[in-house]
Amino acid sequence: MKEVVIISGKGGTGKTSLTASFAVLEGGNTVVADCDVDAADLHLLLEPKVIQTDDFFSGKLAVIDGDKCTNCGLCAERCRFDALYFERGQYRVDPLNCEGCGYCSLVCPEHAIFMEEQNVGVWRISNTKAGNIMVDAALGIGAENSGKLVAKVKQEAKKIATQKGIDLILVDGSPGIGCPVISSLSGADFVVLVTEPTLSGLHDLKRVCDLVKQFKISAGCIINKFDINRLVSEQIRAFLEEKKILHIASLPYDESFIQALTMGQTIVEYDQNELCGTIRESWHQVKQVLNNGKK
Amino acid sequence: MKIAVASGKGGTGKTTLATNLAHFLAHSYRVTIADLDVEEPDSRLFLSGEPVEEKEMVKMVPEWVAEKCILCGDCQKRCNFNAVIQLNTIILVFPELCHSCYACSELCPESALPMKPQKIGMLEHIKNNTLDVIEGRLDIGQEQAVPLIAKTKKFVNSLHPHPDFTIYDAPPGTSCPVIEATKEVDLVILVTEPTPFGLHDLKLAVETMRKIDRNFAVVINREGTGNDHVARYCKKEHIPVIAKIPNQRKIAELYSRGELIYPQVPEFKEQLQKIEQYIVEFSQGGAK
Amino acid sequence: MKIAFTTQETGWNSLIDPRFGRTRFLLCYDEEKDELISVDNRAIEEEAHGAGPKTAQKLFEMNPDIMITGNGPGGNAAIVLDNAEIEIYTGAGEMTVKEAYNAYKNNQLTRF
Repeated sequence: MKEVVIISGKGGTGKTSLTASFAVLEGGNTVVADCDVDAADLHLLLEPKVIQTDDFFSGKLAVIDGDKCTNCGLCAERCRFDALYFERGQYRVDPLNCEGCGYCSLVCPEHAIFMEEQNVGVWRISNTKAGNIMVDAALGIGAENSGKLVAKVKQEAKKIATQKGIDLILVDGSPGIGCPVISSLSGADFVVLVTEPTLSGLHDLKRVCDLVKQFKISAGCIINKFDINRLVSEQIRAFLEEKKILHIASLPYDESFIQALTMGQTIVEYDQNELCGTIRESWHQVKQVLNNGKK
Repeated sequence: MKIAVASGKGGTGKTTLATNLAHFLAHSYRVTIADLDVEEPDSRLFLSGEPVEEKEMVKMVPEWVAEKCILCGDCQKRCNFNAVIQLNTIILVFPELCHSCYACSELCPESALPMKPQKIGMLEHIKNNTLDVIEGRLDIGQEQAVPLIAKTKKFVNSLHPHPDFTIYDAPPGTSCPVIEATKEVDLVILVTEPTPFGLHDLKLAVETMRKIDRNFAVVINREGTGNDHVARYCKKEHIPVIAKIPNQRKIAELYSRGELIYPQVPEFKEQLQKIEQYIVEFSQGGAK
Repeated sequence: MKIAFTTQETGWNSLIDPRFGRTRFLLCYDEEKDELISVDNRAIEEEAHGAGPKTAQKLFEMNPDIMITGNGPGGNAAIVLDNAEIEIYTGAGEMTVKEAYNAYKNNQLTRF
């Protein structure tokens, strides 16, 4: 079973649109894992019908047992996050401020505080209009993505792929370079980096490349909207060559991207134009590298 | 008046708007702009200037004092974030995982884990003509944006004289860092685009703003693309749409070169004037 | 020598788990005693962050000289392993434990 992870460092580069296009091209041959949980937009293009959903628990919140609490206030004294306050005759926890450190629980002389795992959202399994099975998650307000959630989404995706004898998992990865990205990347066979030729795009690309190189995963890059700044596009190409990262393709700035999106379609469904052809070819290249088993 | 510019997703044009708006307003008012997207701050790509001050930003983390330690291992048991690990005779602390709760330090029977400052990033203050530009930048490897966002805001609030407008370029999304950046402002401007992605993420952003009880208004970027669902949603929800920035390739090109838009695109400047009108009325208690 | 592996199941035919921090099991082969023991790491699923250091500590308690895995540990886990003086070999991601062991013996794996 092979895993292709698509990441981009910063948002707005077209990563999700491209992931959706690849998913459409592969159809039933791939399971899609949407690990970009803070901005889970993949489902807008793949129109999934949910077939299973489960609660997801992560992070702890302090809970005060009113019967045991004597209002001594020691918890509030020790709390560094202003999460404990006294109101209407008893001490209470502010869920927006509570970090879940458990210090209050450790010092309470009456053992009146316990830490409770939070139901921060759900993870779901769905069938997409392109014939893929998709695993994704929806988090509540203020809940954060984490290595744990990404791992859960990937794990469920792998389970299904194994059950159904599907060889390929396509992962829409998390942004940034912290825990969720590490979790997105570990286990990958190939990474597709999507970037745009802007100073901020190049800056973020470099940061995320370091991580990819550390894990020694084969990688390739797609430069989206390359013609809005050919100078920076060239800088990116030079950087890719220096780091021995495959330059998969440069896609031109094209209005049809957004037009397709508005119709709820990926570019490869919307129009059989040059852009569509380049995207198909890009995907074909990625598959070739995968099949060659280059590491 | 404090204004945050936020969006439900990345790439909608939040920083473009925040930087151009700040620079534009600075012609007529005292303005400070603070880039709170500390993981990937990029407003200084568009607003350069004279350096005023540069500060190391720190958070407190425990530091192991071997001589005092009796290797009881309680610190590891108490830490809820896996930031303290005992390997037989040594204690390892992982500052990036530490949430600075002080539990291990204050509960250590031998005081062998005193809290010490550890650098998490930098704060830079520059002056672009009369515009004060503050940027908080998280060091690579640091995962927690919230402490740095809080400290950057504190710094901004300590500046004198107080500006007429403080503009926060908030991080994208709807999780903890965004809540930290927007929780005390007078108005949040939500930037969106008229596409299904834009609408979906706008709804999440609106839900967040309502949950933390902030006043907010919408700016639609790349108007002319996509469809009118965002506009219809805003109308239905009685959310003011205070500007619509047209979709022009020229804008994308200027952005890619790190240049300000409004001096070269009159339609963009017009929209900034509309926003100015709204926020001035708002600050006088008028608009809603 | 004691050689540890990150694995998906237990036993010589189990596949290596390419991940370190969230590996399902940790196996340790004691060459002198010809003994293969396993430790269940699946509870790590519950950890939102910091899975790497926690797993590294678990590994430390098994006292191996060497650890064989797929991609390798993330930054924090690597620090723990370094302090624990455990040598790390990567590149075994697609192999079974048996194959990984042989690959190690034949110098086919990469030192991290």
